[in-house]
Amino acid sequence: MSPVTDRFASAAASNRALLIGYLPAGMPSVAGAIEAATAMVEAGADLVEIGLPYSDPLLDGPVIQEASQRALERGTRVADVLATVEAVAGTGAPVLVMTYWNPVDRYGVAAFARDLASAGGCGLITPDLTPEEAGPWLEAAAARGLDPVFLVAPSSSAERIKLITSACGGFVYAASLMGTTGMRQKVSADAAGLVRRVRECSSLPVAVGLGVSDRFQAAEVAAFADGVIVGSAFVRRLLDAPDERAGIASVRELAADLAGGVRDRTPQART
Amino acid sequence: MTALDELTKAYLSAQADPGFRAELARLLRDYAGRPTLLTEVPRFAAQAGGCRVFLKREDLAHTGSHKINNVLGQALLTRRMGKTRMIAETGAGQHGVATATASALLGLDCTVYMGEEDTQRQALNVARMRMLGAEVTTVTTGSRTLKDAINETFRDWVTTVGTTHYCIGSVMGPHPFPVMVRDFQRIIGVEARQQILAAAGRLPDAVIACVGGGSNAIGIFHEFIPDDGVRLIGCEAGGEGLASGRHAATVAGGSPGVIHGMRTYLLQDAEGQTQPTHSVSAGLDYPGVGPEHSWLHDTGRASYRAITDAEAMNAFSVLCRTEGIIPAIESAHALAGALQVGPELGPDGIALVNLSGRGDKDVDIAARWFGHLGQS
Repeated sequence: MSPVTDRFASAAASNRALLIGYLPAGMPSVAGAIEAATAMVEAGADLVEIGLPYSDPLLDGPVIQEASQRALERGTRVADVLATVEAVAGTGAPVLVMTYWNPVDRYGVAAFARDLASAGGCGLITPDLTPEEAGPWLEAAAARGLDPVFLVAPSSSAERIKLITSACGGFVYAASLMGTTGMRQKVSADAAGLVRRVRECSSLPVAVGLGVSDRFQAAEVAAFADGVIVGSAFVRRLLDAPDERAGIASVRELAADLAGGVRDRTPQART
Repeated sequence: MTALDELTKAYLSAQADPGFRAELARLLRDYAGRPTLLTEVPRFAAQAGGCRVFLKREDLAHTGSHKINNVLGQALLTRRMGKTRMIAETGAGQHGVATATASALLGLDCTVYMGEEDTQRQALNVARMRMLGAEVTTVTTGSRTLKDAINETFRDWVTTVGTTHYCIGSVMGPHPFPVMVRDFQRIIGVEARQQILAAAGRLPDAVIACVGGGSNAIGIFHEFIPDDGVRLIGCEAGGEGLASGRHAATVAGGSPGVIHGMRTYLLQDAEGQTQPTHSVSAGLDYPGVGPEHSWLHDTGRASYRAITDAEAMNAFSVLCRTEGIIPAIESAHALAGALQVGPELGPDGIALVNLSGRGDKDVDIAARWFGHLGQS
């Protein structure tokens, strides 16, 4: 058991899904991102993903690309990401880092795992690392008690899902549709099927990401998944706000709305 | 990964299918114009210390560069996989034009992603692609050059993979792309090795090619790898010089990292962020390099050097004026390499240079560089 799986277990016990919120470090500023993530937790997010801004976010849509670029332009460094993890972990919510692989590779896998663990981080979500290439990271994660979270996609075969879930710790990240991150009008019909296929291979909790932006979609996903991951919708709130204060207030408001959604597992019509 | 597994299987089965190989051979011969010529260039060679210089004339292939070799293979593969659309990144536009061409030939839909900076400096190729029926999407993210066009093409691909093949233009990206593209390009070296044996009666002392992603270089190097006496020399884009920081010389100036699904040399900062690149040549303006080049460098089988913008443009001019051949600015980096290496080879030496593309697309840039525009 890890702090992450503990959270899933207690949410399951109260028959609700977890709300997992994503924000990149350094956006709108290092302090602003910490405040925004803290507000997210206070308003009901159970788990936080802190993004490590990267120059080539291959799997992200325009919203997170823009946020990453802005964070880098403001000079956000790996040290800032770790400081953000430490501050947000102080709220009591488990914090994971979501990162493309090269910055970790460059930092040194063992050193990154050590520093993430000592900042109070719980694990790493690695969208562009395959389990086949993850040997050193899996060792480092085991040594430091960190959860390695890999992604499955609707296109993943049963064999692949087996391989990926057997490497995962904490939970399995199910990318609910084929595509990049970003808000969608409708939750993909593939999502429920993918979650079902993951459950056939693994007893780990399954969280669904990509496209959720409001409480109705959150409720819809919560009906079949253990966790609902929301990223771009939070980031959009920060990008669109006239200033930091307004952005943080807007993030808090969205988190409260979504927290209602994950507690209401019966999908309902939009009003 | 599923798409890559599917592609690997399809590629291996196609390679084992005599029908596929025969159709590709027919297209390369009757459509692309292979084998391309081997031309000895004595007046150019006189500027290179007097050794003999032979050019492998990929500039004479249909669409004006070696890119067509790979694209025809991948287009046939696209059709074989039952897909109806090809997407591609392009820097200088050579690969985009080749992909648009093969799509027109086989009746496939085609979208080409090109960085905004490149659409401006290679406007002629944008028009060519559109004439051929391709959609050209301008990429305005990041540095607005080749690397960002690749990011955008991958983003398209993960969304459309059921109907779409990513026809990658160089020996880069995740497996099986580096191997597959290498195999489609190795015909350059296979032909050149036979041609130079026929023309000179022996193997060359050096094989020289420009390296961005590195497909024309791997294409001509590969057949010569077992020939220990043949030096393999890759010429990277040195931009304003390695010391200036404004270059795209990945092997000469980079460090190992991970980008676009491959572990390879990479221009990156201390934290693993990709660094901006610069080159007068859009086709070499890329912060990574095909992983096989990294391997050839690490094993010492090939050497890599940085050629500055000025050195490349000088070689461009020398070839124009001594031989009546206008090279692509990318290929001019290889020519500059020959001007440097030639004197080391001595008068009995033989250099084989891959003239990977023709320079029509670069006339505007070159005219500006040399001040040929405007009233005299």
